Amino acid sequence: MRDVHGRVAALVFALGLILAGATVAHAGPYEDALAKFTEGSLSDTGDGINGVAVSGNPLAERVLAALKDGRLMFSAEKKTVYIQAKNGKLFDAFTGKPFTGKPPDDIDNVIVNNRLRNVIDADLGALTLMSRNSNRRFDAAQAVFRSRDLSVLPNVEKALAEETDPRTKRALEQARAAILLYDAKSSAADKIAATAVIGDRGDQDSLGLLDGLPPDLPPAVHAAVAAARASIAHTLALWNGVQNAWYGLSLGSVLLLAAIGLAITFGVMGVINMAHGEMVMLGAYVTFVVQQAIRAYDPNLFDYSLAIALPLAFAVAGGVGIVIERTIIRFLYGRPLETLLATWGLSLILQQTVRTIFGPTNEDVGNPSWMSGAFDFGGITITYNRLWIVCFAFAVFLALLAILRYTRFGLEMRAVTQNRPMAASMGIRTGRVDALTFGLGSAIAGIAGVALSQIDNVSPNLGQGYIIDSFMVVVFGGVGNLWGTAVGALTLGIANKFLEPYAGAVLGKIAVLILIILFIQKRPRGMFALKGRTVEA
Amino acid sequence: MTRHLLIRSLDRGAVTFVIVVAALAIIVPVLNLATPASSALHLPTYLVALFGKYACYALLALSIDLIWGYCGILSLGHGAFFALGGYAMGMYLMRQIGTRGIYANPILPDFMVFLNWKALPVYWYGFQWFPYALLMIFVVPGALAFVFGWFAFRSRVSGVYLSIITQALTYALMLGFFRNNFGFGGNNGLTDFKDLLGFNVQAETTRNALFSISCLAVVLAFLLCRVVIASKFGKVLVAIRDAEARARFLGYRVESYKLFVFTLSACMAGLAGALYVPQVGIINPSEFAPGNSIEAVIWVAVGGRGTLVGAALGAVAVNYAKTFFTGGMLAPYWLFVLGGLFVVVTLLLPRGIVSTLRHWTALQRDGASAAAEDGVAEPLPAG
Amino acid sequence: MQKSIEAAAKRLRGSRWLTAAGLAVALTLGFMAARPARADDTIKVGILHSLSGTMAISETTLKDVMLMLIKEQNEKGGLLGKKLVPVVVDPASNWPLFAEKARELISKDHVAVVFGCWTSVSRKSVLPVFKELDNILFYPVQFEGEESERNVFYTGAAPNQQAIPAVDYLMSKDGGSVKRWVLEGTDYVYPRTTNKILLAYLKQKGVADADIMVNYTPFGFSDWQTEVSKIKAFGSAGKKTAVVSTINGDANVPFYKELGNQGIKATDIPVMAFSVGEEELAGLDTKPLVGHLAAWNYFESIKTPANRKFIAEWHNFIGNAKRVTNDPMEAHYIGFNMWVKAVEKAGTTDPDKVIAALPGIKVPNLTGGISTMLPNHYITKPVYIGEIRPDGQFDVVWKTKGLVPGDAWSKYLPGSKNYIADWVKLKCGHYGTVTKKCSGSS
Repeated sequence: MRDVHGRVAALVFALGLILAGATVAHAGPYEDALAKFTEGSLSDTGDGINGVAVSGNPLAERVLAALKDGRLMFSAEKKTVYIQAKNGKLFDAFTGKPFTGKPPDDIDNVIVNNRLRNVIDADLGALTLMSRNSNRRFDAAQAVFRSRDLSVLPNVEKALAEETDPRTKRALEQARAAILLYDAKSSAADKIAATAVIGDRGDQDSLGLLDGLPPDLPPAVHAAVAAARASIAHTLALWNGVQNAWYGLSLGSVLLLAAIGLAITFGVMGVINMAHGEMVMLGAYVTFVVQQAIRAYDPNLFDYSLAIALPLAFAVAGGVGIVIERTIIRFLYGRPLETLLATWGLSLILQQTVRTIFGPTNEDVGNPSWMSGAFDFGGITITYNRLWIVCFAFAVFLALLAILRYTRFGLEMRAVTQNRPMAASMGIRTGRVDALTFGLGSAIAGIAGVALSQIDNVSPNLGQGYIIDSFMVVVFGGVGNLWGTAVGALTLGIANKFLEPYAGAVLGKIAVLILIILFIQKRPRGMFALKGRTVEA
Repeated sequence: MTRHLLIRSLDRGAVTFVIVVAALAIIVPVLNLATPASSALHLPTYLVALFGKYACYALLALSIDLIWGYCGILSLGHGAFFALGGYAMGMYLMRQIGTRGIYANPILPDFMVFLNWKALPVYWYGFQWFPYALLMIFVVPGALAFVFGWFAFRSRVSGVYLSIITQALTYALMLGFFRNNFGFGGNNGLTDFKDLLGFNVQAETTRNALFSISCLAVVLAFLLCRVVIASKFGKVLVAIRDAEARARFLGYRVESYKLFVFTLSACMAGLAGALYVPQVGIINPSEFAPGNSIEAVIWVAVGGRGTLVGAALGAVAVNYAKTFFTGGMLAPYWLFVLGGLFVVVTLLLPRGIVSTLRHWTALQRDGASAAAEDGVAEPLPAG
Repeated sequence: MQKSIEAAAKRLRGSRWLTAAGLAVALTLGFMAARPARADDTIKVGILHSLSGTMAISETTLKDVMLMLIKEQNEKGGLLGKKLVPVVVDPASNWPLFAEKARELISKDHVAVVFGCWTSVSRKSVLPVFKELDNILFYPVQFEGEESERNVFYTGAAPNQQAIPAVDYLMSKDGGSVKRWVLEGTDYVYPRTTNKILLAYLKQKGVADADIMVNYTPFGFSDWQTEVSKIKAFGSAGKKTAVVSTINGDANVPFYKELGNQGIKATDIPVMAFSVGEEELAGLDTKPLVGHLAAWNYFESIKTPANRKFIAEWHNFIGNAKRVTNDPMEAHYIGFNMWVKAVEKAGTTDPDKVIAALPGIKVPNLTGGISTMLPNHYITKPVYIGEIRPDGQFDVVWKTKGLVPGDAWSKYLPGSKNYIADWVKLKCGHYGTVTKKCSGSS
């Protein structure tokens, strides 16, 4: 660490020069350092980073950022270095000007490893503490909090004095506290104050920071640290419960999405639809195809890929569902166990078809930017993709309820499934309603596939992973009842996630299965059983 | 009386079936052992092993048909009983390895030595004795079926609900057996067997003997099923299948009937698993996979539900198709063929192959008398 | 009652018996008629990889690469003047079916050698068949070791050719001087063994129990929220933490997606994976994963003439320039060339003679070295550590000085450190160096 300190001290000095408006490039050191990147060995690259960071050249930040992202290119033959912009354009790293002409044949990116990335992060953190963008200042403060680099302390204090944004100010204070706590020379009073700041932060990182303190602290500091740790542990335990509930909700919404189409084809129509999982898979593959097309024709549309995929998946899976209903299922009404046989055969065919067309390997379905990353909510981290999936699951559920309750098609559907001859004599074309109902169930499975492609493998086996869980959910909730499916999915998800930390993933799942078996003994027709004469049919 | 019952229970199809299986039990070993390898009549050993496997599947199919075809209980978890019987046999075979294992531990199987187990878990006690293992082959699946059935039938869980929770049962068992700390070898399961009752399991004679025993088991199980069905008890079963509520109102204890036949069927499935393991040389948690159980139900449906003969033939036919199509040039496409078969059979032969054949022959002759003779040429059962 | 007995007896009479027996004979003969004749102008090569079921995702590629290698060998004039004929079967990810298909390949198709299997359980399932029928299996996947059989040649990495160097790298300054370890794996024998070896190794290096967390999840596990947050909590204890992942196949994509989304960067908690290669990454958006690590004996990004040629041939064969190459493919490349050389040396495809000829055979691998078949039936391999790049390939950040010989029995496990395998001099796969006895092979 000592060499880092030295470097960063020099860096701070250089930073001062830049801030003072000394924009004159130091002709020597920067170019020498850049040349190191053309050597192709990690240790030379490390020297290069070192050199560039302390050179004081205004291009330093761009070079380091590019290096971190793997966008710094070099040619070993011509001893040239380029910065590749995110859109692929090349800039000469020595001058910063756009590079025109043909790039050298042996152009390649400069390799860095994790250690060097950490060095770059520390350097960039120090370089950006004074950035104009408050988000970047905040990130820099967080980086300092983690690195606890003593030599940055003067810089932090300077930034703290000028900071106006409250969030960044707090982050800077925490960074300062972290440095002070680990500084052997700081006074006991300072350390106690720092402990309080860290204690207020109260997250897992703070606990880790306090846990990692050396044991030879003054007694007063020791007591303060112990108290802060206890308080953080208490808060974390509370948040732990919230986190489990959130994870359960998120798992439950995945189960709901997977099962809700089945709640129609199996729950309402009585078709033991073993090909349900394959409808989900079809939806995921539609997403893949849409993303491939977007990558090929207009990469800017990538963020809209899911929005484009949704109606297509609905149409494709729904269409396949209608075809299946017209050609196979309609001959099997009233013989549910034979539908099991035929749809199992169908699922084999669909799987192998997809395997033949797309190959057996996983396909790359990317997350759009609005579904990547996470944000902190109190003491827990919520990832955007899970959040959107929870919202999406509920939206689909509500939309389906609305269709069943408020549309003419919903009315006809309920009529046909409740009493077919009566519905037929009222002039409803039962065959058409059957086809559309099965199509609707399949289509919903298809759009579930769009969502599940964001968190799971997109491979021909995708559907197999969900089919059993889906049946469990529908049966647990009560066949023929959408509310039952929703409550069942959430209950199973939350039960699973509360059991998992104690019993482990496998035993947790086994326990849930046994609970379902026992629950069915108690309520043989699920949570929300249909009542009336149709039950015995 | 028993003899009467036995003879009464046999119709023409049944007699033919028994004779064919018994003949195979003799002909196959003769063709394998008594003919030189160069002879045109020689039956290679790999086919003996394959036929033995089919026989075990046929036995499993019989056990499913007994409850599904005659009592309307659709178990989508019968693979669990099959696998439990297989594990009981596998445990016996593991204990027979003794010091011939890699780690040469006289008591602990290799995988336990490897996972640093110090002592044999209690549930492995006794499996070194064949009679005990033999008992367990029936008792373990039977007991599980009894307990499960006790709860399920008493609370009148039926239809798809029952099917789905049987699936939950086998799925839970699969997850459990996959765990290495359960003491059943985890994903690798039990393998590398050496001796069965002192005979080398890989020897040709042992394979032939196992094949003959499997055929014998099929015949005995078939006769047992026929006796059960032909008895008064069997008539009640069919009544339950066709109208459970009415049977109950007539004063029959539906739960007890179901429980008995379910347990009996589980014991048969356990025996099938036990015969299967020494012939394929491995037992592993994937035998519990719900897909396997569904596939076994499909054999029965393809062959003809509620015919017994059809169930056994369906098992052999589907598995022969699988063997045939997974080798050779069709290998990448065999799922199309298998999947297509299921769809076509359901649409065109909804009664399964055997029932349809019977139906046709019955139509060709005087319809009424033929149907009466079959006794089970029932209208298509619902649910 | 009398009536029914008579009726039954009537049914039994007549030609019924004959018909039935005839049917049985016909059935049996029908099966036998399907047997193909043995052709002498070709050499058959069995390919035993799942083309359907859960393992198809990994194994189908290996079938394709074998077809390519066989085609190229035939273009070079075949072997011993004969044409090589591939025999492809589909064991459908079903372990008993592996044994059945292996038996079929050897007994019915009379193959000279089999290339196949991926999971350890499939190998264990076919082992007795290869021993009984005395044939050769080339097994191309990294695995737990602790096995050496006369009929099997292991061209994938043993733990000492992958796991130990990987941990050494993480402990080094370049690897980030890792002090705290999460051993995360799928619950089956390969992760269990590898972690057992790593635990012994880490303890030997002075890592305290409190600094090691071991966790197992089931196959195909997809909901990683809880596990990843556990790793995050474990990693924020103020010491540099790394995850050593033996997570298998399908579970990896959701695992990495969750890691990326929960913001665990490689610079904070690097993940070193032993089962994640180019093919697994092809199904992922790798930008959030840049810097996570993998240890293999081959990377597609390694620039050697042999590798460039191999990649070009692969793209040409498969007709898709986007298909990646990976470590098990290289293992088959090495294994196939070794077998070809051994057959040429022995002058016959007779398994016994080829098994005797194989140890000592040297063939070039794709990364510029020469791999040797060792007497314990493992091979020598270089070890590379790669960091994931944004394009789904790996940057090699570290490699071993030379080639590492594979150990059949781990030096770090008390139960196996006193054992060696040597099929040349000792003719034994499990020889006690203390007991001076050969055990475990009957």
